[in-house]
Amino acid sequence: MPDQVQLRVDGKAVTVPAGATVAVAVALAAGFCRRSITGEPRGPVCGMGICFECRVMINGEPHCRSCQILAEANMDVRTNG
Amino acid sequence: MSVRVYDAVVVGAGIVGAACADRLSREHLNVAIVDRGLVGGGATAAGMGHIVTMDDSEAQFALTRFSQQLWIELRPELPADVEYRQCGTLWVAADEPEMQEVIRKHRYYGERGVATSILTRMELAELEPKLRPDMAGALLVPEDAVIYPPCAARFVVARAEQHGAETFLGGTVERIDNGSVLLTNGTRFSAGIVVNAAGIAAPALTSTLDIKPRKGHLVITDRYPDFVRHQIVELGYLKSAHSVTADSVAFNVQPRATGQMLIGSSRQYGADHSQVDDIILSRMLRRAFEYIPGLARTSALRAWTGFRAATPDKLPLIGPWPEDRRLLLATGHEGLGITTSLGTAALLADHVVGRTPRIQPEPFLPARTFLEHVHA
Amino acid sequence: MAETMRRNFDVLVVGAGPAGLAAATSAARVGAKVGVVDDNPAVGGQIWRGEVSKATSDASNWAAKLHSLGVEVICGAQIVHHDIASRVLFAETRFALLEIRFSKLILATGARERLLPFPGWTLPNVMAAGGLQAMVKSGLPISGKRVVVAGSGPLLLAVAAYLRAHGAKVLAICEQASWNSLASFASGLLSHPGKLRQALILQRQLLGIPFWTNSWPVRALGREALERIIISRNGTQREISCDYLACGFHLVPNVELASLLGCALEGGCVRVDDAQQTSVAGVFCAGEPTGIGGLELALIEGQIAGIAAAGKSERLRELRGRRRKAQQFARRLEKAFKLRPELKTLPDSGTIVCRCEDVTHARLARHSSWRDAKNQTRCGMGPCQGRICGPATQFLFDWDPGSVRPPLFPTRVESLASVSYIAPAEHSQLTGERQ
Repeated sequence: MPDQVQLRVDGKAVTVPAGATVAVAVALAAGFCRRSITGEPRGPVCGMGICFECRVMINGEPHCRSCQILAEANMDVRTNG
Repeated sequence: MSVRVYDAVVVGAGIVGAACADRLSREHLNVAIVDRGLVGGGATAAGMGHIVTMDDSEAQFALTRFSQQLWIELRPELPADVEYRQCGTLWVAADEPEMQEVIRKHRYYGERGVATSILTRMELAELEPKLRPDMAGALLVPEDAVIYPPCAARFVVARAEQHGAETFLGGTVERIDNGSVLLTNGTRFSAGIVVNAAGIAAPALTSTLDIKPRKGHLVITDRYPDFVRHQIVELGYLKSAHSVTADSVAFNVQPRATGQMLIGSSRQYGADHSQVDDIILSRMLRRAFEYIPGLARTSALRAWTGFRAATPDKLPLIGPWPEDRRLLLATGHEGLGITTSLGTAALLADHVVGRTPRIQPEPFLPARTFLEHVHA
Repeated sequence: MAETMRRNFDVLVVGAGPAGLAAATSAARVGAKVGVVDDNPAVGGQIWRGEVSKATSDASNWAAKLHSLGVEVICGAQIVHHDIASRVLFAETRFALLEIRFSKLILATGARERLLPFPGWTLPNVMAAGGLQAMVKSGLPISGKRVVVAGSGPLLLAVAAYLRAHGAKVLAICEQASWNSLASFASGLLSHPGKLRQALILQRQLLGIPFWTNSWPVRALGREALERIIISRNGTQREISCDYLACGFHLVPNVELASLLGCALEGGCVRVDDAQQTSVAGVFCAGEPTGIGGLELALIEGQIAGIAAAGKSERLRELRGRRRKAQQFARRLEKAFKLRPELKTLPDSGTIVCRCEDVTHARLARHSSWRDAKNQTRCGMGPCQGRICGPATQFLFDWDPGSVRPPLFPTRVESLASVSYIAPAEHSQLTGERQ
């Protein structure tokens, strides 16, 4: 297993350690995960899949909890998804 | 125990009871609204909130169309959280026989002043790209709309209160008898008229009513803006919803103003517990995937059930009850209570003040259940 | 449609934190065929969550132990639905639906942090205390970052120590409880030598970090993310610039699954008997859902549940004695970190309470009950299903939480359609037979 994983967040390449979650990649690349229904920026809160604040779109699938999914090479992550 | 005296007591603060209370208080009656639960907390909260003109019968058409026009008149006053959205209904034909039904419906609505348009397969695919592309076509009824019913009920109750109505929540009605309403907590109301608008609970208070709970399931998804744009209903719905005995499912999806989708529908008789029935739920959802395969991959937030108040002839009971001269009924709306609440209230108020109603009241008079045996 | 995978165990454990791991290993040691299912990417729960930078950890040691005992571990799978009468749970992974059958079930679903709303709490980088720790364990660089740790409970100290050990500048720990209640809690530790030792180690790790009692965040400020916070300490407010606020007000047990299965609750926790069995026969519960009690109690309860669920009774007497002692500690904990009423006044009218549906405090304050508020504002109706705003509104408005509805977590619609699915032809045959 390689030590590093490269993926894209909003089209931008990000490298994270292998085993890191998508939430970490998003924190490094974008600073927030989604816009709330009134437009506020939101990022991870509970870190354990309960609060749903860290939702992003992964490979076209919306509403994915980025804190519960490990980053994979070439993943396409979109904030506000 | 003191007795609270009103001109009218409305039992039930669902959308139907709320509308009746509003209408009667605007006729300068002194009105009380009584409900064992919340405003709009029963079938009103459990249903879809589709404002729709239907054509199962002339009477149903008259009441739904009249009611829809009342909603359109009310629209400018509705607060934002009622989320009135004129998204239109698409009646989807899966095959040629159903396309014949589209043509028949188009003519029927047109003859009665409701503009609709027939969509070809291509036009339908363009309008609703998530639908399976091999549908035969559809009928678009553009004036149909969706609302968020609990907030609509709250708005209508608040309007009644502005006209002097008073709301009593959390007290269960034990008995209605000749202008008197007794709650289980001992509270007693005395009124010139009592309106039984208790939905499926109505027969518990007016024992000879033939109203049966008809269970339905719904699923709500997370937000998928623009996934579907209209309330989309299969025309097979007509066949399945017509059945008054067997369990049935039919494809019916609704875009909420939030971007969420409600997926329905199911109809069951004789199911008296409110738990989700996984077998019916599966059948209902698989029916939906036959029309919109992409729904399978959307995220469901909740599944729940509700009970529609169904009458044998599928028309509501609106008007005086022959066994109690002070009792009026406003119940039995089955799956159309949100739409027909306003028309129901208008018919009831016209009856109370002796005004000529804007539609024929006879088909809805509760006396009909006395006069004839209704065959299913 | 995605495939349905099927599994069958003597004992199924839900949750791979301390209680679940203890339960699984105990049941496996006495011969049961055991499965563990957890929604996180790896075992360990929150407290033993593995670190990306470390090859071995508590989590990996546990994983090895489970493997050697022949326990099947299913991670990244969330329980979404059940058919308890048929002894089945349904779990969803990113790609499949799992139908897991069992004879006995052990719920070790852990706890979550109680998050209380205050102006600005929704800004990015205002996180739960354990939430920030989990993010750092998952690879978030924290070295050199300025962090304020705030809220209530012993978790704050553990998180502060962890963050500092990983290079964070922990500017302060703000504990809402008073010095007096903490002092009486600390003196109570004397009767729990193990706890006292842990406390002393923590104290050494935290040396030099200001520890403020009577202290809590009143406002978080920033444009697109947190920039600074205002802390109230002994009634005086001060502003602190920081990169992260790690803020949780003690813990809330995760009782949703137990509740959905029909297990009786008592005081918001799952009621269990001497063998950790719930009111539903064959369903056991261990760890935080039976009452917030910390690691030691979770391990003991897990062992009892594991042995009892496997139908054995060895060691149960001794374990019960240890459990009684640990429960005393749990009761002290609850008393010491009781939330002060002033925290109810933190949100202003515009503060969002329900983060999924952006429902403000002012909109909620108009309603008489949780159900009424849900109906009228959609509070608690978003994807977290009220797991965050439910405990918050319970504290703010004294609202009773409502019943739990399926699915337990947001679920792909296709999974709901595959649960207990019987094809229409088969179905009509079945109903035909019944007639």
